[in-house]
Amino acid sequence: MRIFEPHAHMTSRTTDDYEAMAASGVKVLVEPAFWLGQPRQYVGSFIDYFNSLLGWERFRASQFGIRHHCTIGLNPKEANDDELRKGVLEVLPRFLAKDGVVAVGEIGFDAMTKAEEEALVVQLEMAAEHDLPVLVHTPHRDKAAGTRRTLELVEKSSLPPERVLIDHNNELTVAEVLESGCWAGFSIYPNTKMDEHRMVRLLEEYGTERMIINSACDWGVSDPLKTRKTIDAMLAAGFTEDDVDKVAWQNPVDFFAQSGRLILDELGEPDMTATYEGNTLLRGEQR
Amino acid sequence: MSDLPLDSAEVRERLAARVDPEALAWLDDVCARIAADAKELARHFPAAGRKLGRGPLDPDASPDDVHAWTIDDAGRVLMLVAAGDAAEGELDELYRFGDAAERRGILRALAYLPIGDRGLHIADDAVRSNDTRLIAAALGPYATAYMPDEAYDHALLKCVFTEVPITPLDGVPERVTPNASRMLAALVHERIAAGRDVPAEVWPVIELHPPAEELRAIEAELESPYEDRRAAAERALAKRKGAQPH
Repeated sequence: MRIFEPHAHMTSRTTDDYEAMAASGVKVLVEPAFWLGQPRQYVGSFIDYFNSLLGWERFRASQFGIRHHCTIGLNPKEANDDELRKGVLEVLPRFLAKDGVVAVGEIGFDAMTKAEEEALVVQLEMAAEHDLPVLVHTPHRDKAAGTRRTLELVEKSSLPPERVLIDHNNELTVAEVLESGCWAGFSIYPNTKMDEHRMVRLLEEYGTERMIINSACDWGVSDPLKTRKTIDAMLAAGFTEDDVDKVAWQNPVDFFAQSGRLILDELGEPDMTATYEGNTLLRGEQR
Repeated sequence: MSDLPLDSAEVRERLAARVDPEALAWLDDVCARIAADAKELARHFPAAGRKLGRGPLDPDASPDDVHAWTIDDAGRVLMLVAAGDAAEGELDELYRFGDAAERRGILRALAYLPIGDRGLHIADDAVRSNDTRLIAAALGPYATAYMPDEAYDHALLKCVFTEVPITPLDGVPERVTPNASRMLAALVHERIAAGRDVPAEVWPVIELHPPAEELRAIEAELESPYEDRRAAAERALAKRKGAQPH
């Protein structure tokens, strides 16, 4: 069992979580930059946060044999603070240039304000400039409308849809997202967003192509083992090991490998090179 | 909220009935110092809880009611009112350095200060937090008066998400727009599709401007091939019936 956890806010989790995730099969994870529960007030707080995602958190994960990557971006909620928006957008390019930054994100909508839209559009273009895919957070509130607007903006941007992962989907957004050519992410949560059995149903209905599952564990009620629990639910429902490997490993690898910045050497995954023969970006990382 | 204190004199009256004379004397002394120099706020504003108490201002209110004022809220409102015109210059720093209780006191005070709409950024910041007491306090009469429609719509939806009761909100029903009703109905549909529930109190707000498309989608869930979705639709529509005016 090899798991690529494409969305986990490990800054908010303990070493017990790292240990349990590693034991459950997680070998690689991506920690998207997001907000910390309480709005930040200074651009400097973001710089320290981004640096800890690139430094301390990568080190912590490595202690448990997990390869940590991150996405860097200004989240929609804090984009509503005018000073932060300007200041953070200004420093982002320095971070988007770094190794181990595998996407711009999480960006997207929260309350669908003008400020949020401005930050989203600017960051879609930054992703194109830095040759990075993007991880897009869809709003928890007015989700269907927010997802639709997000897809319109993606279409207008210079990014091809296969470089865009739209996250936190549900029964009412999945069809539209898959149709757009973007990847569809699903955050499996203990009580809200999506649970493992509903997820299995969606996989039965929509197949495994461009479908990505994650725990999105953070500082709220969440469970870093939800990705594994969904895998178990898939197997119990009759999906094959290959189906599971596609959803829980191949798909997120394919998506994030588009950054050319995945660091998957030293993982003891002998089939990695074989799988990505022909992908010059990834080979560049594996010299 | 109907039992909201009307003016600062009434706030003081209610507070006087809830704290001992020594604590009230402390507050009066502090308010006099603040009136003379608003910079005194930085020192005394955080002390309101330990000096006056933190229980509900209304002795019958539940300590779990996020809408209910606390004793320290009332004390902080009076301190800010005492600063008069000078309060405005202190608000941002007080909020920036404030803990959750201090921020709540500021949010409660906004409606009592001579600041027009110039405190709106503070209410907006609180609505962006995930602290239910801050969200509730941000949506008092000040938000009713000054928050633009779109922001108010989203704040209302945020309340439902964070389980802040919306019926007692100062701006409900008069600030409810057709867009808010639509978003709430879309939420009902999304929850049904997930086999989940919404609080019954969303229905009277949806019925203020019934959105045809979303309501049709909700009713269509009664025919879903999945049992849990059909059941969730039945539960939601039963709540709707229960909420209809007779």
